[in-house]
Amino acid sequence: MTVNPSGWRPSAPANEQGEAQTVTGNRALMLEEPLIFEIGSTEQTGVDFAELPQHAPRLGGLERNREIGLAGLSEPEAVRHYTRLSRQNYAIDLGLFPLGSCTMKHNPRLNEKVARLPGFADVHPLQPQETVQGALQVVNELAFWLLDLTGMYGVAMSPKAGAHGELCGLLCIRAALEARGDKREVVLVPESAHGTNPATAAFAGYRVENIPANAAGRVDLEALKARLGPDVAAVMITNPNTCGLFEPDMKAISDAVHAAGAFVYCDGANFNAIVGKVRPGDLGIDAMHINLHKTFSTPHGGGGPGSGPVVLSEALAPYGPLPFVAKMPDGEYKLVEEENAGEEHPNAFGRMVAFHGQMGMFSRALTYILSHGADGLKQVAEDAVLNANYILRSLQDALDAPFAGSGPCMHEAIFSDKGFAGDINTLDLAKALIDEGFHPMTMYFPLVVHGAMLIEPTETESKANLDQFIMAVRSIAERAKAGDESLKAAPVHAPRRRLDETLAARKPVLTYRTPQAAEAAE
Amino acid sequence: MRYLPLSDADRSDMLRVIGAGSIDELFRDVPQEARLKGPIHGLPMHASEMAVERHMAALSRKNMIAGDVPFFLGCGAYRHHVPASVDHIIQRGEFLTSYTPYQPEIAQGTLQMMFEFQTQVARLFGCEVANASMYDGSTAMWEAILMAHRITRRNRTIVSSGVHPHYVSVAKTMAKFSADALETTIPELGPQSDVERLLAKIDDQTSAVVVQYPDILGRITDLTPIAEAAHAVGALLIAVVTEPVALGLVRSPGEMGADIVVGEGQSIGVGLQFGGPYVGLFACREKHVRQMPGRLAGETVDAEGKRGFVLTLSTREQHIRREKATSNICTSSVLCALAFTAHLTLLGERGLRQLASLNHARACEVADRLSAIPGVDLVNDSFFNEFTLKLPVEARPAVHALVERGVLGGVSLGRLYPGAEALQNGLVVAVTETVSDEDIDSLEGALKEVVQ
Repeated sequence: MTVNPSGWRPSAPANEQGEAQTVTGNRALMLEEPLIFEIGSTEQTGVDFAELPQHAPRLGGLERNREIGLAGLSEPEAVRHYTRLSRQNYAIDLGLFPLGSCTMKHNPRLNEKVARLPGFADVHPLQPQETVQGALQVVNELAFWLLDLTGMYGVAMSPKAGAHGELCGLLCIRAALEARGDKREVVLVPESAHGTNPATAAFAGYRVENIPANAAGRVDLEALKARLGPDVAAVMITNPNTCGLFEPDMKAISDAVHAAGAFVYCDGANFNAIVGKVRPGDLGIDAMHINLHKTFSTPHGGGGPGSGPVVLSEALAPYGPLPFVAKMPDGEYKLVEEENAGEEHPNAFGRMVAFHGQMGMFSRALTYILSHGADGLKQVAEDAVLNANYILRSLQDALDAPFAGSGPCMHEAIFSDKGFAGDINTLDLAKALIDEGFHPMTMYFPLVVHGAMLIEPTETESKANLDQFIMAVRSIAERAKAGDESLKAAPVHAPRRRLDETLAARKPVLTYRTPQAAEAAE
Repeated sequence: MRYLPLSDADRSDMLRVIGAGSIDELFRDVPQEARLKGPIHGLPMHASEMAVERHMAALSRKNMIAGDVPFFLGCGAYRHHVPASVDHIIQRGEFLTSYTPYQPEIAQGTLQMMFEFQTQVARLFGCEVANASMYDGSTAMWEAILMAHRITRRNRTIVSSGVHPHYVSVAKTMAKFSADALETTIPELGPQSDVERLLAKIDDQTSAVVVQYPDILGRITDLTPIAEAAHAVGALLIAVVTEPVALGLVRSPGEMGADIVVGEGQSIGVGLQFGGPYVGLFACREKHVRQMPGRLAGETVDAEGKRGFVLTLSTREQHIRREKATSNICTSSVLCALAFTAHLTLLGERGLRQLASLNHARACEVADRLSAIPGVDLVNDSFFNEFTLKLPVEARPAVHALVERGVLGGVSLGRLYPGAEALQNGLVVAVTETVSDEDIDSLEGALKEVVQ
């Protein structure tokens, strides 16, 4: 029997080991799903159109003269295709997703409902401004709360994600330096930083140098001071840092950086630990991006869209990009764009995106902030930190916890695979967690801890969930220390076993080819 | 607080396990002077779902909703009908609330969807490979310019006057910081784009030529001679597509020789959303894939030999290569890519062709009716679903006058090119399948009044 018209089948029965085979390759609720190109056809469609009017084309003689190769499905087939695919994904809606530095918290459904109100979802970015006052007010209200929560002076709302926000912050710094005729070429980045930090600094035209950490997992203040000089444009700090630790010397770091004529960029990915409790503006920060898709719960969506507004100090705010929303004395809102920037914002470094930023994320984030309020946001930070410390102290005797002796952690706890027997490592523990029904923690990051496991539970997990997770990690850690080689085979209960990433990179197959075309390419 | 599961009893129990007397002890690394004493000043306290919804709904009602009025705006964002099942699919919690698929064994849904998306984008653009999305069209275009720079090791880029001015503005901003030289100019209000200018400027220092297709005024130009001229001197052709529905009817840029094709995917599946989030499309030749930015899903097998998908060629990316990465991009726009791919799967080739034909037929009809108004001229010889009119009056006030008559009638070139006098009578009108006969009557009637 054929599973689908192309004859594709998830596996040959001979490949299946240790389990009863099925002719379909399915296992009850675990349903295999072919590619749309294997089940659809160019003639099938799931959309009905009215009859086409006859007309002479005016396409400049460039009518398409060959098939594109787009497979179509009827609506029931399409809904089933994507529903079956969705069931092969882990998600916050299914369980704990403790990826360190990613803040995988619950995504409230009110936010989704609000973003879909036609007054937000069905509005064109180039509509005359008198017709979009509500949208502009959302941007302005969110900007106001972000400034209040961070104690900063200005905010650039248009960056599309965290790394884009980093770029925005560094370009503000570059513009401020150029305005005073100061050509500085180096950006200092701690070794523990997210990869986006050095990549962004390079993207903005800077040379990147590492600054070392001390034994307590913090920035080495003396080493940093020694390196500061007239060639350093900025220091990029993550606070709380990627080991889950607050930088207690942050104000001293900022003061030293400012005294050397440079600026402090803060990676705000970990803002969830301090939101409503600590204002970065009080720590001497000049620019910080805020991942609305982390701290303010807009959904990650399998890898975006994000949104990365950047809060700016008084020194940098004049250089922020266009466009932005301004509230007029008469209560109306307006966009400050290239044409009117000259009078109001003459030093803008330019424009980062077409249109005005991630409106759909702004409405969600504002909804989240208003739902929590000042008291709720403070509780968010406290519960996030409490949950992380609970994990730290509940696992510190089962797993190596390199900084546990230096005191409490913030919103995430770091461990390592030190003490595992033989060649069993962090990857094996992570894959075994999949079998236990959990998403693994962040693996092998930050780079400063060998075999790192970075666990960020977030505030939206119950104690019962944490207890079950702790029990699972303890059990796997014991097996790892005892040299249980079966961990190498994990996961065994997931939709797929370990995948061959080396093969994927050595012989990249990035688009579907018919079996005949694939064979011809061999 | 409805989003926080811990009870006070839980909190006490947990503090006991931790060995801390209070929550404040956990924040002891934060210097006293940096800690706020109470809840942050200036924010209201938490609010019920009903109260928040009421506030947000009131804000949403202050906007003129595109679907409520005759609507003819385009210029990089297009209003198409999105099947109800698309929004249902992207609201599946397993897609909506998952992360970047770093653990492929439990992320095959996202990875297979990315692989299908990449295949659709590559085929639509006439290219060999595509990535799993960028932020939007404007940032994708700048990344393409940088990619060409890496491939050709040259830094001079010639940008057609027909490229969306916001895209050009983004590229100009970034070029200031990357030592790239951009040749740009604003368009002329005529039927021909600036092919002659581009051909005259291409030389052996040129890294890339960037052309939008169809362009900002809606004109459709054969890219073949530009590709040939660029290739003759070792330069690349970058094509920018802001309305991918057009490719259901017109030849793809890849077929005409474009080396990198980027675009805005908003018009398929995503919706207007006041400008974002949208989804950047990025495709190129296979031989250049290692210079490509962004995430890529690739096919492989698992330990049992079953087909599966993983993120691949990650050595281009920031989390591996840090300052040597091809781009700093991390989070992209995968959920919007899902909306795009689901809508395109529902359409299929047949549906896309029908959708494109309907758009073009509608646009032809509206172009004829509006250009029959005395004093109003059609600028374009060629167009897909968007064309430019030259009004006998300045277009920018005319757009506001149309709003007073309850019509969102188009985008004035005065808004896009402030200060450019030669363009100030230009009005760009987009016509999609969502426009009804009554909408056309309303626009025609209102425009007649406004241009008198």
